[in-house]
Amino acid sequence: MKAAEANSITHRYGNITAVDDVSFGVNDGEIFGFIGPDGAGKTTLFRIAATLIIPSGGRMTLFGLNVVSDFRELRNHIGYMPGRFSLYTDLTVEENLQFYATIFGTSIRENYHLIEPIYRQIEPFRKRRAGRLSGGMKQKLALSCALIHKPRILILDEPTTGVDAVSRTEFWEMLEGLKKEGITILVSTPYMDEALRCDRIALMQQGKLMGIDTPSAIRASYGKRIYAVSHPERYRLLMALRAMTGVVSPEPFGEAVHINLREGVTAEEVKRSLQLAGLENAELTEITAGIEDVFLEMMRRRSESLRVLESEGLKV
Amino acid sequence: MEREKVIEVKDLVKRFGSFTANDRLTFDVYRGEIFGFLGANGAGKTTAMRILCGLSRPTSGKVLVAGIDASRRPEEIKKRIGYMSQRFSLYEDLTVRENIELYGGIYGIRMKDIIPRREALLERLSFTSYGDMLISALPLGLRQKLAFAVAVFHDPEIVFLDEPTSGVDPVTRRQFWEMIYETASRGITVFVTTHYMDEAEYCDRITIMSEGRIVALDSPAALLHEYDTASVEELFVKIARPQKNIV
Repeated sequence: MKAAEANSITHRYGNITAVDDVSFGVNDGEIFGFIGPDGAGKTTLFRIAATLIIPSGGRMTLFGLNVVSDFRELRNHIGYMPGRFSLYTDLTVEENLQFYATIFGTSIRENYHLIEPIYRQIEPFRKRRAGRLSGGMKQKLALSCALIHKPRILILDEPTTGVDAVSRTEFWEMLEGLKKEGITILVSTPYMDEALRCDRIALMQQGKLMGIDTPSAIRASYGKRIYAVSHPERYRLLMALRAMTGVVSPEPFGEAVHINLREGVTAEEVKRSLQLAGLENAELTEITAGIEDVFLEMMRRRSESLRVLESEGLKV
Repeated sequence: MEREKVIEVKDLVKRFGSFTANDRLTFDVYRGEIFGFLGANGAGKTTAMRILCGLSRPTSGKVLVAGIDASRRPEEIKKRIGYMSQRFSLYEDLTVRENIELYGGIYGIRMKDIIPRREALLERLSFTSYGDMLISALPLGLRQKLAFAVAVFHDPEIVFLDEPTSGVDPVTRRQFWEMIYETASRGITVFVTTHYMDEAEYCDRITIMSEGRIVALDSPAALLHEYDTASVEELFVKIARPQKNIV
């Protein structure tokens, strides 16, 4: 049985379609990531999975239980961490945890082993009000509260947004630990680099899933040779590459510009053209496509196919 | 050739009671540079940036921003800089044109100068058809671009950007960085504070703060080489993790 299965889930707010015909399956015990920018529909999808809103269309089950009709039963198996900190700010760390344990008819002691590696780090502050915790500490408390009833599945909506890189790394290490306990994890993030931490990922944009696979298969699906070009004068470099007919879709990536080459064009020719444009000693190396390269490529393909449909007079 | 310094910081110390938020910071930022200011939560970034923006005074040390002493004339600094943050930048219930007028007015540009400059800006951004729309009706990507254009509308010497592209889609993000590059190439210095390492990689030089001190300062490539790491993220975790285990 799948830990989660969605068939053609759609959700509308008025005339805005936030989630558009989304289908996926999540295996028991896997870390499954939804990667996409703000407005992609990740939060809506997670609220549906967490039984908090009823989808406009489609069907979703977790462990065979329907998120709409079996919501009462399901809530015992779901640990949900919303994107915005939603614990009681005027209760202490310990009181919040106690509160969530009591609601689910359990005690802190009963499942302490599950939260221990996380909770131990904030236990010295257990008498502090939740509203006075730092970002990283709030996140650890929220995760502890989501785990206290020993859920089978964790639904984490952008748990690392607004958290610094050190805490982010620690957080992913904690998720690895929970996976070993057999807990299935659905997690969303706008950061492409975090995709590599997941067993499988779904790339999401404007309510639609653009692809689902393991991070390495997604990267391999890029299917073209890709080069990184760098030169200290980055703006001039970008303009020069954009002006070259042999260069396809130059995109700035941090210190470099990533490019594809038109068929028959060699890297040497590009280097020579750059030299002629006054950009001496530009570095050009073939690289492996990253998740963000694939994401951009998928966005390009989608907008191209939309243009084709529009030019054929079809309404999309 | 000596590069022109637009920010000079020497032995900057800022204390709040017995707590030292900035501990003898020393660095320079050059004209037209894209300078990244990184650090974990609580490392002292915000404190330092508030001083550089003239919002707070240093306890001791020398801070010159666009040649102005931050201890003596912080009000003067505010006129010479621009600021944009991802969280707040434009008034949602004003139109595009009204937002530009408001900011132009705040920075003391006369109305008869604002209007032609505003129209030229809308033209350059291909925004003319959005001019009378409310900000709340604009897609996120367009808002972001406009917010940046407004932050440099008064031709500041330095523009401060606080996590400018977190959460935006990869296409919009690239268009945004292109605007930043273009601005820097016109000689406006861009000072980016962020804790997103992927933003850091777009900067010419970055400094990493930890526990009130600067622990690294160089180009991203040079730092990766020096610390033998594959990504800025890895580098950051390696050198910015506080010694004490602050959770």
